[in-house]
Amino acid sequence: MGTLSALVAVPFVGALAVACVGRTRTDVLRAVVVATLAVELALAAYVVSQFDAGNGGFQFVVNTPWIQQFGISWHLGIDGISLWLVALTAILFPIAAFGPPIKHDPKPYLAWLLILQGGVMGSFLSLDLFLFFVFFELVLVPMYFLIAGWGYDKRAYASLKFFLYTLFGSAFLLVAIVSLAVLHERATGVLTFDLIQLGTGAGLTTTAATLLFFAFAIGFGVKVPLFPLHTWLPDAHTQAPTAGSVILAGVMLKLGTYGFLRFSLYLFPQQSADYAWVLLTLATIGIVYTAIVAAMQKDLKRLIAYSSVAHLGFIVLGTFALTRQGISGAVLQNINHGVSTGALFLMVGMISDRRHTRSIAELKGILKVAPVMGGVFLLVVLSSIGVPGLNGFVGEFSILLGTFISHRWFAVVAATGVILAAVYMLWAYQRSFHGSPDQANSTIKDLTTRERVQLAPLLILIVGMGLFPKPFLDRINPTVNNLIAHIESRSDYREPQRANEAAPEATGEHSGHSSGADHGSGETK
Amino acid sequence: MMTHVLAAQSAQIAVPGVEYSVAWPAVIPFVGALAILLQLAVTKRPIAARNYTMFTVALFGTSIGSVVYLWDQFWTRGPFDAFSRSIVVDGFGLFVATLILVGAIGVQLIALPYLQRQQLPVAEFSILQLCATTGALLMVMSNDLIVLFLGVEILSIALYVLAAFNRRRRVSGEAAIKYFILGSFASAVLLYGIALTYGATGNTNISQIRDFLAVNQEAALGNGLMLAGMGLLLVGLCFKVAAVPFHMWTPDVYQGSPTPVTAYMAGVAKAAGFAALIRVFFSAFPALIDAWRPLFYVSAVLTLLVGSVLAIVQRDVKRMLAYSSISHAGFMLLGVQSGTIQGREGVLVYLLSYLFVVLGSFTIVSMVGGQRDSAHSLADYQGLARHRPVLAACFTLFLLAQAGVPGTSGFIAKFGVILASTDAEAYPLAVIAMLSAAIAAFFYLRLALVMYGGSSSITPTTSQDDGVIPLDELADGEVRREGKSRLVIGLPQAIVLAASVTVTIAVGVFPALAFNLAQSATLMLR
Repeated sequence: MGTLSALVAVPFVGALAVACVGRTRTDVLRAVVVATLAVELALAAYVVSQFDAGNGGFQFVVNTPWIQQFGISWHLGIDGISLWLVALTAILFPIAAFGPPIKHDPKPYLAWLLILQGGVMGSFLSLDLFLFFVFFELVLVPMYFLIAGWGYDKRAYASLKFFLYTLFGSAFLLVAIVSLAVLHERATGVLTFDLIQLGTGAGLTTTAATLLFFAFAIGFGVKVPLFPLHTWLPDAHTQAPTAGSVILAGVMLKLGTYGFLRFSLYLFPQQSADYAWVLLTLATIGIVYTAIVAAMQKDLKRLIAYSSVAHLGFIVLGTFALTRQGISGAVLQNINHGVSTGALFLMVGMISDRRHTRSIAELKGILKVAPVMGGVFLLVVLSSIGVPGLNGFVGEFSILLGTFISHRWFAVVAATGVILAAVYMLWAYQRSFHGSPDQANSTIKDLTTRERVQLAPLLILIVGMGLFPKPFLDRINPTVNNLIAHIESRSDYREPQRANEAAPEATGEHSGHSSGADHGSGETK
Repeated sequence: MMTHVLAAQSAQIAVPGVEYSVAWPAVIPFVGALAILLQLAVTKRPIAARNYTMFTVALFGTSIGSVVYLWDQFWTRGPFDAFSRSIVVDGFGLFVATLILVGAIGVQLIALPYLQRQQLPVAEFSILQLCATTGALLMVMSNDLIVLFLGVEILSIALYVLAAFNRRRRVSGEAAIKYFILGSFASAVLLYGIALTYGATGNTNISQIRDFLAVNQEAALGNGLMLAGMGLLLVGLCFKVAAVPFHMWTPDVYQGSPTPVTAYMAGVAKAAGFAALIRVFFSAFPALIDAWRPLFYVSAVLTLLVGSVLAIVQRDVKRMLAYSSISHAGFMLLGVQSGTIQGREGVLVYLLSYLFVVLGSFTIVSMVGGQRDSAHSLADYQGLARHRPVLAACFTLFLLAQAGVPGTSGFIAKFGVILASTDAEAYPLAVIAMLSAAIAAFFYLRLALVMYGGSSSITPTTSQDDGVIPLDELADGEVRREGKSRLVIGLPQAIVLAASVTVTIAVGVFPALAFNLAQSATLMLR
C-alpha cells in the first residue's frame, strides 16, 4: 500500500466510520475523528522525517494501475513542492475540526471535513492527471456542504457561487487533460494520464500546447483565485464557517498554485515561459487591486479574504518568474500563507463568536480588554504583512527577488503590494484593537486555554519558519532545481544569470525592508 | 470491417434453420403479458397485487436468463443473426437488452407501492410494462429497419397508455395526449425515413444497407433520396431520445406521467432509443458519416445547452429532472457524434450509470410525491434530511452523480464520452459539454441544498396535499399534518435504492469494470 496511499485513504476510512456512528454518540464520534486526524498527522510526520532532503525527485512513489484501458493509475509521490503542503494539511485539519465551536449536527460536519482532508491529500500527492482531477473535483463537494450547511446568513448564495465558479474552471481543465492524453496517444501509441510520461510533451504542437496551457491556467486560475476570476472568494470566505475559511484559505486555494507549479510549468514549459507575462500581469494587477479593495472593506473577515487574493497573487508571481528564487519562494509562501491566514481566520472567528459582529467599525479597543488576543493577533498580522523575522517575509522576499531577476518591472509594481498590505492590515488592526473599548467591547473575554492551544502550533510555525527557514528550503530547493532543469531541457527558456550580489539590495529597497540581507542569504543558497 | 462482414455472411449460410432462442428475450415478456390477460379473463377471484409484480419480475428475470444464454452463444460463435437476418445477437444488443430488463425490474418494483397507494390496478400496469419492454428489446436487437420500427411502435403505444395510467389526474391524461400526438407524428417521420432509405438502397436490412452504401458511397452522398431518408430517420429517433430540437414533449410528459412511468421513459425507453440510434447510424450508415456527424454535432450542442439552462428555472422537481434527462441525452449524443468505437463504449457506460441514477432518483421522487403524486415542488423537499436522512443522503448521491462529481458513476460516464469526443477532435463540443455540466450542477445542488436546508429560508407552505383527503388516510383514523414523516421505505423501494447506490458508487470507484463490460459489448455491430 505505501505510506502515501494510507495518507490519502485514512481520512476517507475515518469519514466512513463517522457515518456509521450513531447520531447521538458524540463521544464515540469525537474519538473516531481524533483517532483519524492523529493517524494522519503521524503519517505526515513520518513522511517528513523520512523525506530525503537531497533528492529532488519523487519519493515514496506508489504506482498501481487503476483503469487500465485508459492508462490511468493510482500514482502517488511526494517531492519538495508537495511535502510541506501535505504537512500543512495534516496540521490545519485538526485545528479546524476541533477549534471553532459548531452550533449543530457535528456528525455530518466532521464527516465532510474528513472527506475534504482526504481529497486535498489526494490532490497534492497525485502524479496521474486523471487521479489529480478526481480529487481536485471531489474537494468541492465537502466544501460546498460545509459552507452551505454551517455558514452564515448568505451561505446558500456563497456556496453555490463557489461551486459553480470552480466547476467552470474544471470544465476547461478536464477537456485539456483528456486532450493532452489523446494527443500523446496519437504520437506515441500509448494512452496514459501519467504526469511523467505526458511531461515529455510528445505529440504537442505549439498551437495545441498554447491552447492547453491556457485551459489549465483557467482551471487553476479560478481556484487560486487569479484576478479577474477571484470574485467568488470573498463571498465564500465571508459566509463560510470558521473551519471552512481556515481550510479554504489554508489548503484549498493552494490547489490552484500547486497546480501551476506541478502541472502548468512541468507540462508546458515553453508556453509557461512565452506567456509568463500574461500570468505575471494578472498576478500583479491582482496584488495591487485587491490590496486597495481590501483597504476599503468594512467586514474584518472580508478584508482578510481580499488580502488572501493579494497574497496568492504573489505566489503566482513567484511561480511564473521562472527563477529558482521565485519558485522556491512561491512554494514556501504556499505554506506561510496557509499558516498566517489560517490563524487570522481562526481569530476572526473567535472575535465574531464573542461579539456577533465582524464589522471593523463596531470593534474597538480589544487590546485593552483582551491583551493576549490582541498580542497574538498582532503577531499574525505582522506575519501576514511579511515583517522580517516572521515567516511571511522569507517567502515574499524570495518571490520578489526571483521576479526582479527575470521580470524587473513586475517586481517593482508588485512590491507596492507589500506596502499596501501593511497599510490595510495595520489600519484594520488599529481600528479594531486600539483605542479604549466602548460599552459593547468592554466585556470581550480573552483567549481561553482551549483557544491558546489551537493557536500555539500556528504561532510556533510563524516564528519558527521566520527564524529558521533553512530546513524548509533545503527540502524545497532540489525539487525546484529539477523543475528549472526540466523547463530548460524542454524549451528555449534559460534562467537568467543569478545576480546574487546586486539583486537583493535592489529588491530590498523596493520592498522597503532594508534588514533583509541575513534572511536572504538563508534562502538563496 | 467489410471483409469481416463478408466472412460472417459466408459463415452464416452454413447455419440452417431458424434459431428461436434468439427471440426469447423479447418473447418471454410478451407471453407473460398474454398470460396475465388470460388470467384476468378467466379467473373471477382477484389476485393480490403483489403476485402480479412478483410474476412480472420473474418474467424479466427469465428474460435476463435467456440474454445470458445468448451472451454465452455470442462468446463462442461471435455475432450472429436469425430470422432472415432481421434479428441480431451481438454484444451491443445484449448489453443494452440487459440494461433494459434490469431497468424494467426496477420500475416494476417502485411501481407496486405507488399503484397500491393510488389504488390503481397492478395487473394492467404489468401487462403494459411487459409489452413496452418487448418493444424495447426488439428495438435493440433488430437488424432490420422494419423490425426496428415494430419495436419502436410496440414500446411507444404501451407508453402512451402508461402515461395516462393515473386516470384520476388530469395532468396524466394531458401528458398522454401530448405524447401520443407528437409521438405518432415522430413515428410517421421515422417510417417515412425508412421508406425513403428503402427507395434509395433497395433494402430495409441494416447489414445490406451498409453493404450497399459501402460500394456506392460516392453516389449515396449525392443522392437526395438517401440523405432525406437518413435525415428523417435521425429526426424520428432523436424524438425518441428527446434530443433538441425534438424535445418539446419531454417536460410535460415527464411531469404529467405517473412517476414510475417517468422513470421508465427516462431510463429504459431512452436506452432503447439510443441503442436504435447507434444501431442505425453506426451499422447502416457508416459510409455517410460525414453527412450525419455535423447534424449530431449541432443537436448535441443544442441539447446540452437547452437541457441545462432551462432546468435552472424549473420549480417542479419532475420537470427539472426532465430537463436534466435532456441534458444527459446531450452527453450521450457526444458519444454518438464521435462516430467511433470509443464513442459507442462511452454511450454504453453512460447508459449503464444513468439508468441506475434515474431509477434511484425517481424512486425517491415517487415516495416524496405523496398520496396524490403531486408533491413535486422544491418546497416539498424542504428539510427531507431531517425526517428521512437516509433517503436524503441517497438522493444527494444521485444528484451528485448527475452533476458528474468524481467518485460517482456520473463522472466516469461523462469522462467516457468526453474522451471519445476529444479523440474525434470535437474539442469545442467537449468544452461546451463540460460547461453545460457546470450549469446543470446548479440545480442539482439547489435541490440538495433544499433537502438539507432548515425551515428558515422558506417556510414550508401548505402543499397540494391539503384539501381533499384520500380515502385510505381517513381510514387510518388520523390526519397527519406532516406529509414527509409518513414516508416509509418499503422492501421493493429499498431493493431499488440499494442497487442504485451500489452501482453508482461501484462504477465510480472501479470504472474499469464498466469499461471492460462496454468494451466486450461493442465487439461487433453488423
